[in-house]
Amino acid sequence: MTEAVTRRAALLGAGATAGSLLLAGGGAQAQGKPSELRVGITTFLSGSASVFGVPAKQMAELLFEEINKAGGIGGVPVRPFFVDEAPGTDHLVGEFRRLVQNEGVQIVFASISSGSCLACTPLSDEMKKTTLLWDCGTQRIFEEAPHPYAFRTQGYGTPEVLAPLLYLLKHKPDFRTLAVINQDYAWGRDSWELWKAGMDAMKPGVRVVAEMFPRFGATDYSTEVTRLLAARPDVILSTSWGGDLVTLLRQSAERRLFERSTFVLPIAEASMQILGRTMQPGHIIGARGDHWNNHPSPKDPARLKRFVDLYRSKYNEYPIYPCHHMAQAISAMQAAYAKAIAAKGGGWPNDQELANAFRGLTFDSPTSSITLREDGQGLEDQIVGLSSFNQQYPFAVPKDMILFPAAMVSTPVGQKSVDWLKSLKPDFLNQVPAPIAG
Amino acid sequence: MATWLSENSLLLGLALLDGLAYAALVFMVAVGLNLVFGVLRIVNVAHGSLFAIGAYTAASIGLFFASRGLPAWMGYVALVLAAVAVGAVLGPLIERLLLRRIYGHEDVLQLLVTFALFMILEDVQKLVWGVQPVSQDAPLRFLGTVDIPFGDDVIPFTAYQLFVLPGIALATLIALAWFLRRTLTGRVIVAVTTDKEAATAMGIDAARIMLLTFSFGAGLAALGGALASPTTALVPGIGAQTIVLSFAVVATAGLGQIEGAALTALMIGLGRSIAVYFAPEFEVVVPYLIMVAVLLVRPQGLFGVIETRRV
Repeated sequence: MTEAVTRRAALLGAGATAGSLLLAGGGAQAQGKPSELRVGITTFLSGSASVFGVPAKQMAELLFEEINKAGGIGGVPVRPFFVDEAPGTDHLVGEFRRLVQNEGVQIVFASISSGSCLACTPLSDEMKKTTLLWDCGTQRIFEEAPHPYAFRTQGYGTPEVLAPLLYLLKHKPDFRTLAVINQDYAWGRDSWELWKAGMDAMKPGVRVVAEMFPRFGATDYSTEVTRLLAARPDVILSTSWGGDLVTLLRQSAERRLFERSTFVLPIAEASMQILGRTMQPGHIIGARGDHWNNHPSPKDPARLKRFVDLYRSKYNEYPIYPCHHMAQAISAMQAAYAKAIAAKGGGWPNDQELANAFRGLTFDSPTSSITLREDGQGLEDQIVGLSSFNQQYPFAVPKDMILFPAAMVSTPVGQKSVDWLKSLKPDFLNQVPAPIAG
Repeated sequence: MATWLSENSLLLGLALLDGLAYAALVFMVAVGLNLVFGVLRIVNVAHGSLFAIGAYTAASIGLFFASRGLPAWMGYVALVLAAVAVGAVLGPLIERLLLRRIYGHEDVLQLLVTFALFMILEDVQKLVWGVQPVSQDAPLRFLGTVDIPFGDDVIPFTAYQLFVLPGIALATLIALAWFLRRTLTGRVIVAVTTDKEAATAMGIDAARIMLLTFSFGAGLAALGGALASPTTALVPGIGAQTIVLSFAVVATAGLGQIEGAALTALMIGLGRSIAVYFAPEFEVVVPYLIMVAVLLVRPQGLFGVIETRRV
């Protein structure tokens, strides 16, 4: 029914205003179940970030197929509409509007890039369309303005940087010098600002011997590696990812940089399969959450195994963290629809009712469960450990893992991350839990 | 200044070594683009794709050799095979099917056609090799590392970076100059570049020369990619990154200038390395600062000469 109304409206678009389209869509939803639940998903389908975007899309397709086989959500089959983020935010803003106005999507998943999320969240406010920030990490989203229709179904930059920092302070408390090598774009710069704020607060006096921000997508790090070899920092931080991180680590391994410095790699998980045995043991690795495939104590081991097997059976690879993040968004959507439908006595929720269902929602992830705070931010635990090899995996996985509770490493509601990190004291380390077995 | 140089002489020495290796890679890609423009007068945006496909092909062949248990030195054979395969297969295909139809047309049409080809080849790469990073480092591992003294310390460099990359770039430069100036085919190429109509009137098969030149340029791009493959992780978009830098080199050198491409690559390589050591904030913009500085003084490029032969 929604489809018929919106299609006709699109064809007659010359005479119809965006407002009337929205009203038509909303009215159709309020009267009963639509013929399908349309989900707009923005992800990188091209360019260097497609190393994350395509696996996430593949995971979404697998999960939607399972959901539809089981009867859909509230009896309604799900149909995804994928949009490529790569052309940039101007293009994405237009695509967001097209998804809502022309395709009649009931919910949007946006996005991998923080820039994309910063562009899409104001649109969710304007169009009153529930938008799940399924992968982006910028802390600015909920710290700069409220977004009543936006919800982040995973952690974000602050806990993803703070947890590895705390791990380092526990694991190697005597380090004196540090170098940073991050990609030259928003995440590379923001994550360094967060790290520096926390490090200076909890361990003042660390000397930063090199700050390097190579071009995003750089294909050669040999000069940077030489400089790091010459500088001999105790610790090297890199929040880089994708091909950039793989190149950096391969060149570092080739030239024995791993033997001179301890690496801290908050986003290493997605590159471990590619690196295989090239990754060296004993370095600090994170996963942007708790979703390691070797999670030592998942909430439901059978669920995690099913999730991993589902992806491996089709693609012969272990799912990387964007697959987990996509699964989290889908799980949140399922839980919110179930809650909203129940609240309406079996009726199909409109946009407002759906958004209301997300606030305070707790939903299962493949490894644990996540709660959405009152500001829309998801509380996802973080697991950080030391790279190691075992018989089960042909690539590095963490050992001596520490599970950082989300509430401990997330900025309290109403505060700015950098300010909060600057306010931390060295005794904050006392709150760090003991390593878990694994 | 003298004090600064004295204090930082060791680091400058390291920067020199890094800069040479980087310059070698930049030169290998840009020289093919420059050659193609000199003869075909086409600014080939798809050159970056040929670099990427060369790199992916070299990695695939190298991984295949490794899976068959062949010795590590076969990784070098993989590099050459990839360049030859791309030059011999894709080069003629692209020239015959696309470029031949747009010779002499407006620049904007040529740009659009080669850009469309670039987009198509980007998707072909994703279809064939997927989106996850692909890498093989057998050539790197085969030669191992060399410890360079650094005060009381040593800095390990890969022998591949110290010797193979600069060596191949230098050999390519010398061989190209010799080929174009000392061999009959090379002189025929220069003749077509200088005046295609006159060359044709004298019995030169210009169409064949253009096919040959483009295929050779494609092979050089692929060789650049193949040489880069042991040191980098190949991901979608690698071709786009490459073509932007290549255009900067070509514009700075002067379109069609091979020695100019070598000198520009060297300036960019050294400039970038020195920036990484002493002013890392400028690393990304160094190639473009050099380009702007050169073009402000010599709008035709370092070696560009208006209305003279371009090869």
